[in-house]
Amino acid sequence: MKLTGDVIRYGDNVDTDVIIPARYLNTSSAKELASHCMEDLDKTFVARVKPGDIIAAGANFGCGSSREHAPLAIKESGVGAVVAKSFARIFYRNAINIGLPIIECDADIAEGDKVEIDFDNGELHNLTKNTVTKFAPFPPFLQSIIAAGGLLNSIKGAAQ
Amino acid sequence: MGMTMTQKILAAHCGEKSVEAGQIIMADLDLVLGNDITTPVAINEFNKAGCDCVYNKNKVVFVMDHFVPNKDIKAAEQSKQIREFARDKGVVNFFDVGTMGVEHALLPEKGMVVSGDLVIGADSHTCTYGALGAFSTGVGSTDMAAGMATGKVWLKVPPAIKFNLTGALPKNVGGKDVILHILGLIGVDGALYKSMEFTGDGVKSLSMSDRLCIANMAIEGGAKNGIFPVDGVTVAYLKGRTDRKPVVYEADPDAEYERIIDIDLAKIRQTVAFPHLPENARTFDDIPDIPIDQVVIGSCTNGRLEDLIVAAGILKGKKIADGVRCIVLPATQQIYLDAMEMGLLKTFIDAGCAVSTPTCGPCLGGHMGILAKGERCVATTNRNFVGRMGHPESEVYLASPAVAAASALAGKIAPAE
Ligand code: SF4
Repeated sequence: MKLTGDVIRYGDNVDTDVIIPARYLNTSSAKELASHCMEDLDKTFVARVKPGDIIAAGANFGCGSSREHAPLAIKESGVGAVVAKSFARIFYRNAINIGLPIIECDADIAEGDKVEIDFDNGELHNLTKNTVTKFAPFPPFLQSIIAAGGLLNSIKGAAQ
Repeated sequence: MGMTMTQKILAAHCGEKSVEAGQIIMADLDLVLGNDITTPVAINEFNKAGCDCVYNKNKVVFVMDHFVPNKDIKAAEQSKQIREFARDKGVVNFFDVGTMGVEHALLPEKGMVVSGDLVIGADSHTCTYGALGAFSTGVGSTDMAAGMATGKVWLKVPPAIKFNLTGALPKNVGGKDVILHILGLIGVDGALYKSMEFTGDGVKSLSMSDRLCIANMAIEGGAKNGIFPVDGVTVAYLKGRTDRKPVVYEADPDAEYERIIDIDLAKIRQTVAFPHLPENARTFDDIPDIPIDQVVIGSCTNGRLEDLIVAAGILKGKKIADGVRCIVLPATQQIYLDAMEMGLLKTFIDAGCAVSTPTCGPCLGGHMGILAKGERCVATTNRNFVGRMGHPESEVYLASPAVAAASALAGKIAPAE
């Protein structure tokens, strides 16, 4: 799988309270959640995000609460993948479980760069800067969850 | 190679003699927890996958604590969905208004977790039960749905950091100060993906309330879990709460730790975490005069009876400062009742506090004490992220019940004398 998109760049410790503030957690509708995505960090996000855009961030992306509403809101916004130096552990599991592609790598990416992610070969090409960064592919078990289209599908598959 | 305490519990729950850090396992669950925010998403996933019954009616717990008593129509609709699901699937442990409490205060109190258990909860502070010598960790709603359906969870076996505690805490210093101090040391991703294993001579001097508070905030260091050894304090706490037998696991002498950190409890001072990260820990030699608008005493971190006793001890016979709103939230119905019978509620009300039925309420900016633009709050809760308690330009300072009560009296961030 390959994916190309424009980068929206954030810093370290982007927490789930800014990805989707708790005041909007009285719904589980992905559409409604997406309409408030990133609101307390970046008021322009909802207006400017385009399908296929890639969020790039620093360390500990998605720290804080376990709310799956956070990766759901990002996915529903049309974001193709999130690239970060590291992810908070619950966000990491949630993203895999709901099928939001995430990549842990420390690449030199700036706001507005165009990048291409080659998941099979574990390579991130920064097309603007003309650089390539390698990243470790997921272990086979996690790949099988992603290939099945999320955790529950993979369980269903196993049960049948 | 030896295993850590966490690794031993994980091995026992996936039928392996031994496991090692980095290995992915399928583990059997002793309990699956969800709350009124995360359970609706889990129910949607559960239904979408075509599941029709939960794996064990006694091992699934729903606690309605975040937006209840329901704060608005949408929250009421979400709660209704859970109420109906719980009835339909025969979920035994369903805690609603009147019986509920903040989940991580409620489950230990009800004896629902014992030493050696493996618990997941769709709430990040599920790591609290490590205080009892159990492995417990927060997951998302899809994990919760899969857990409800199959009684299993996938886990990556974590490496560990050992915290070697010595000595005993000085007066007016508690578990909250210990964990804020530790977060100041290691940072909010200092224990990312890892276990925080607390051990050493100093553990025995910590009350169960202190341990629950410390384990509760392991996630604030990015940890998968925080865990305490099982000792006389644990056994005394569990006694009378459950018929289930605790299973005691101990780390092997040759267990591997990525890092060992020594903490002398006698040297811990009253500590406050400044906005907007729990790692911004400061002691009072480094805190200027900061006027405040609100104080919140409660939450799964510090809403237990011991916390209310400390706060009431400081507020007794005094009045909170003009212009400060002090909100007290006993974490469970039992704590509420005990606090009433002990006269603590009267102390709070006489001092000018508002006392509420148990709820998470303001802790996550839900209801019952939302901050306006520019307002500052000292809270005994666990997170001070941007917008956590209300307006994105409000500020939350994390502190112990002692510091929160002293600050309410002073009208500014102040130490307990
Ligand atoms: S009290 Fe706060 S941290 Fe604890 S469960 Fe409720 S919202 Fe979460």
